[in-house]
Amino acid sequence: MANNIREYRRRIKSVRNTAQLTRAMKMVSAAKLRRAQEKMMAARPYAAALRRALAEVARRADPSLHPLLVQRPERTIDLLVVTSDKGLCGAFNVNILKAAEAFRREKIAAGVDVQLTLIGRKGIEYFKVRPDVPIRARYPEISREIGHALARKFAEEEEARFVGGETDAVYVAFNEFKSAISQRVVVQPLFPLANLAIEDAGEFHREGVDFLYEPEPRELLDGLLSRFASFQLYHALLESSAAEHAARMAAMDNATRNAEEMIDKLTLVMNRIRQASITTEIIEVVSGAQALD
Amino acid sequence: MIPEKIHVEIVTPERRVLSRDVEEVILPGAEGLFGVRPGHAPFLAALGPGVGTVRGEGREEIVAIGGGFAEVLPDRVIVLAETCEKAEEIDPARAEEKARELADELRRPAPPEDLEVIRLRMLKHLARVRAAHRG
Repeated sequence: MANNIREYRRRIKSVRNTAQLTRAMKMVSAAKLRRAQEKMMAARPYAAALRRALAEVARRADPSLHPLLVQRPERTIDLLVVTSDKGLCGAFNVNILKAAEAFRREKIAAGVDVQLTLIGRKGIEYFKVRPDVPIRARYPEISREIGHALARKFAEEEEARFVGGETDAVYVAFNEFKSAISQRVVVQPLFPLANLAIEDAGEFHREGVDFLYEPEPRELLDGLLSRFASFQLYHALLESSAAEHAARMAAMDNATRNAEEMIDKLTLVMNRIRQASITTEIIEVVSGAQALD
Repeated sequence: MIPEKIHVEIVTPERRVLSRDVEEVILPGAEGLFGVRPGHAPFLAALGPGVGTVRGEGREEIVAIGGGFAEVLPDRVIVLAETCEKAEEIDPARAEEKARELADELRRPAPPEDLEVIRLRMLKHLARVRAAHRG
């Protein structure tokens, strides 16, 4: 009996430690999520300014014929899959990998060759046991260096491949941060550029204002479109990072709650056993006393 | 009508570096330095790596710009910088070391496109060194 109680006490203690750990991790994730959201906010003025500049140049150099915007029939495509480096974030990585697989299958069924670029350690681990899947590049352990410079590096590489004809389109699969409790998997085209949304920069379209350009509008357009691509990828990385922290926060919250429930249950059982043993002892004492009478 | 001040805003994808009303802005255009004063003709320019100067209210601010674009209107200038740091944020010794390392790398044989990338990076760090010394 006493042994049994000790056993329960030990288990409760261990679950309590786990709960403490998950609670701390939740707090850390909350702080990281806040930082990721701040980064997303900080990117907004740049995004707005970039759109305006693009709209301005688009008036002088028609972007619709620009090589970065031209749709080509897809024979071979690149798919960038953004996962996290660390686990313990619920279905975050599972969802993205499932979506990436589905997308890949769909493209292959259509006769398109798909080359994967894996960003994040979890994706790399997942595909390690799939030698049949061609992987073009692997970037583990990047979550700490997420910044514009990194996005620019990836985007420039893909741009060169797209322009050079090595790939006919580039897609990015990532988790979009919807809210602290929900993430959504998106597969977004990176090249050819889409969602330029030049039209809705209307505020800036002042008729009769003639800009001077240096260098030529065409050249400016090249640069701006290329920046636009980097920025889109940067944004995707930020979304994914915010979504990851949100997912981990939710997962840790769940874990903490489960642990607390477990503690309650174990405590209940332990008390019952203790009560039972006390009762037995009393009965023993009482019946012993009665025997003496 | 010519406005008295221009509002200058320098943004990078990661932050807003500067936003204030000034009298003069000098920026490192890809084809040479250019100055902007209130009432400038609308102008869109590519920026190379270089040093930018913002003057107004008796205060001069120096920034290192790692390339980008500038959009100039009569009453405002918006700088879309790839990277941008204020002079006081830069450690000149480290920037100089980086520039020197890259200069060494340039002397080694490499494909021309790689050399171009290294050269640009070196120019960025040189701009940071110059900005830090002027700031």
